[in-house]
Amino acid sequence: MSEGAPTYDLGKLHGGLRLPAEKQASTSRPILIAPVPAQLVLPLVQHVGQAAEPVVGIGERVLRGQLVADTHGSLGAPVHASSSGRVAAVEPWPVARRHGQTAPCIVIECDGLDQAIDTTEILVDYRELDPVSLRQKILQGGIVGLGGAVFPTAQKLMQAATLPLEYLILNGVECEPYISCDDMLMREYAADVVGGAQVLMHALELPKCLVVVESDKPAAIAALAHALGDIQDPRVTLKQVPTIYPSGGEDQLVQLVTNREVPSGGLPSDVGCVVQNVGTAAAVQNWIARGEPLISRVTTVTGDGVASPLNVLVRLGTTVAEIVALAGGYTERAQQLVIGGPMTGKSVTTDLVPVVKATNCVLVLSELPAVGDERPCIRCGECAEVCPVQLLPQQIYWHARADNERKLREFGLTDCIECGCCDLVCPSHIPLTADFRRAKARMRELADEKARARRARERFEHRNQRLQDERDKRDSELAARKDAARNAGPDAIAEILDRARHRGESDKDEDS
Amino acid sequence: MEFERRDAPFVTPSGSVPDMMREVLYALIPAGLAYVWYFGPGFILNLLIAAAFCAAGEAAMQSLRGRSVEAALSDYSAMVTAALLAFALPALTPWWVTATAALFAIVVAKHLYGGLGFNIFNPAMAGYVVVLIAFPLHMNLWTAPRMGDIDYHYLTFYETARYTLTGALPDYLAFDAISRATPLDAIQSGLRNLRTFDELRSYPLLGDFGGRGWEWIGNFTAIGGAWLVLRKIVRWQIPFGVLAGLLIPAGVMYFFDSATHASPGFHLFSGGTILCAFFIATDPVSAATSNRGRLIYGLGIGFLIYAIRRWGSYADGVAFAVLLMNMAVPAIDYLTKPPIVGHPRKRRETR
Ligand code: SF4
Ligand code: SF4
Repeated sequence: MSEGAPTYDLGKLHGGLRLPAEKQASTSRPILIAPVPAQLVLPLVQHVGQAAEPVVGIGERVLRGQLVADTHGSLGAPVHASSSGRVAAVEPWPVARRHGQTAPCIVIECDGLDQAIDTTEILVDYRELDPVSLRQKILQGGIVGLGGAVFPTAQKLMQAATLPLEYLILNGVECEPYISCDDMLMREYAADVVGGAQVLMHALELPKCLVVVESDKPAAIAALAHALGDIQDPRVTLKQVPTIYPSGGEDQLVQLVTNREVPSGGLPSDVGCVVQNVGTAAAVQNWIARGEPLISRVTTVTGDGVASPLNVLVRLGTTVAEIVALAGGYTERAQQLVIGGPMTGKSVTTDLVPVVKATNCVLVLSELPAVGDERPCIRCGECAEVCPVQLLPQQIYWHARADNERKLREFGLTDCIECGCCDLVCPSHIPLTADFRRAKARMRELADEKARARRARERFEHRNQRLQDERDKRDSELAARKDAARNAGPDAIAEILDRARHRGESDKDEDS
Repeated sequence: MEFERRDAPFVTPSGSVPDMMREVLYALIPAGLAYVWYFGPGFILNLLIAAAFCAAGEAAMQSLRGRSVEAALSDYSAMVTAALLAFALPALTPWWVTATAALFAIVVAKHLYGGLGFNIFNPAMAGYVVVLIAFPLHMNLWTAPRMGDIDYHYLTFYETARYTLTGALPDYLAFDAISRATPLDAIQSGLRNLRTFDELRSYPLLGDFGGRGWEWIGNFTAIGGAWLVLRKIVRWQIPFGVLAGLLIPAGVMYFFDSATHASPGFHLFSGGTILCAFFIATDPVSAATSNRGRLIYGLGIGFLIYAIRRWGSYADGVAFAVLLMNMAVPAIDYLTKPPIVGHPRKRRETR
């Protein structure tokens, strides 16, 4: 099957780059299972969306798999304890984020017993659940997209369920250099991946599933083919794609395998596809079949700044320093610590940041990319040549520096996936991607500000209107009364006088 | 451990502007050697003078604008301008003509428009056109290419340098004895005087397919050009466009009336055609940016070269064609904006 699986035509994808893979070092050993650390640091936000709310008190004893922070409704993702121990604090802690350095975290002192909660009550056969309750069940597992986007999986499923769907696409395209956690996961947990695919198909009543892997991962392909042979599910097919960055981007992958373009500002579900990372599928299977929520993940520790690169199965909340130690520690040349890959990762200043749901890779590099050797753009067009969204980065960059929001929209800044391809080919060494990221943030801020201003204005206008209305009402009543007096004819006056007189008489009557 | 914070991507870009410009200069070496061989050492002098004045102009403008002189000089873009000027000028050119062209190119065409990246016009061509219009006499003083003719006097390096710096020829020589019409001149005026192309072909000025000597410079230029295309420093759209834009009309006209039209081969191997296709029109700053746009831009230049050679008053139209198309670049860029993935296609919008 792996031999005969079709490879797709890269012509469907615009641009992209062939980058050196740099994955050899970290895939030469099997996944190492990391020990339970002395302390776990669990951020309340490990996903895109609202922060989860702590549901445990300080000093409380928690078990492995126990819910420690929950979400409101169906937005966001809950957080579970990765091992047993005592809640020591809920406090700010350094995390890997692009904006801001710290975030509120639940800190757990582990007791080393690694005692799990009783799962007998949570375990049910998913096939007996209807899709809606299955989606609800997945929500409780705290599962988010493990490919890097960390969008809550259940939320994605619920959104997609409102549209007509055709394909579940399992994304095994790990196109960014250095990262190999999905590759290793597919090799060692292929059965969980395909099992998860079946659960996800049931949750969305999907008729077809494509498991897509790059052709430079023969071991993963063989393992998946074997697992598929075991389950004999005709709905699931294995597909190969050529290796090109960034074909593993959600929209890019949809375009590559279905030749459908995800509309600007839309989601793959708009063209009938739901994309899930292979790691996410395995996490879903782990939750549904074994009752273990998302409390661990496979993370690649690599780069020329660590002694012996490898992949580890690590509890969420373990610090990066601890898994770097498992990889033999830093080499003398270690200069830069990146959480994520070399193209889209985030650089951090300290290794005390915890491994979270999003941490697919810890990359330690010996070289600091040069800064400040930027020259003027010479309009060579190389950036536009490689942009997978077919933007004109050289134009966007002008407008970004000029802060021209209208032009930025017109030239599609919001469609930029921040893949970094344009940066890499720019002979003028202009930090295009960083500029675009900043411009996007500014645009969001501006939109927020506008919305806030609009709301304030509406409130103000509303209040004015109300005051005006009240004034108008009072005025018109007054005017009506005056009018009534002015229009009152002689009869009316006689009547009023009459009434006054009567009242006088009756007063007298009462007196007597 | 503590680390420094940087922005993604964490990969150092592969190429750089200085590298690109240096490769363009290297690619010009075969053409330069051929030029020196056929037209004598004047080319070297022109190159040195142009380089000196381009560098001086660049340094002066950068410091006037309060920017780093070193950064600008180290990108070699002024050197590419100087080299292109040296190719455009006749081998025998007084130094002040070269200096005027170089200074105009750098000071006016490049820096007054905002410097590298902002200049609308190709600096070398702008500088060349200024001296072409201002000093037409000097710009028409082309010598005969070295082809082993016994009765022809070739100037030594000393004589060339003396002329370049002082304007004086050796006492025993007159202008007329060494100047020759260029092949393009000869064909243009010959055809206008109602000679046929076949008659003109037998002129000693013409070689096997283009101008004598010129055709070989063309060949050597094409070697460098092909290398740039292979190295992807130049994409194929512009060279292809220029050549197609020139050769298609030339071919059609020649096919229907080969008596009064020069052959496409002659157009290809005369004047600045090949240099323009690979080295002049491909200046990214003043060219269109999208692939489709570049094809149109190249085709436009090629066609304008043909039109000027055929109907214009100048024998070669390369510089004017390039400058005219430079002006069309904003329009071309606007009309060839590629559709963003995920956006409705233009066609659907207008429907
Ligand atoms: S970072 Fe944005 S503009 Fe640059 S190549 Fe990627 S999608 Fe295109
Ligand atoms: S790659 Fe750099 S120099 Fe070239 S057009 Fe893009 S931004 Fe300008």
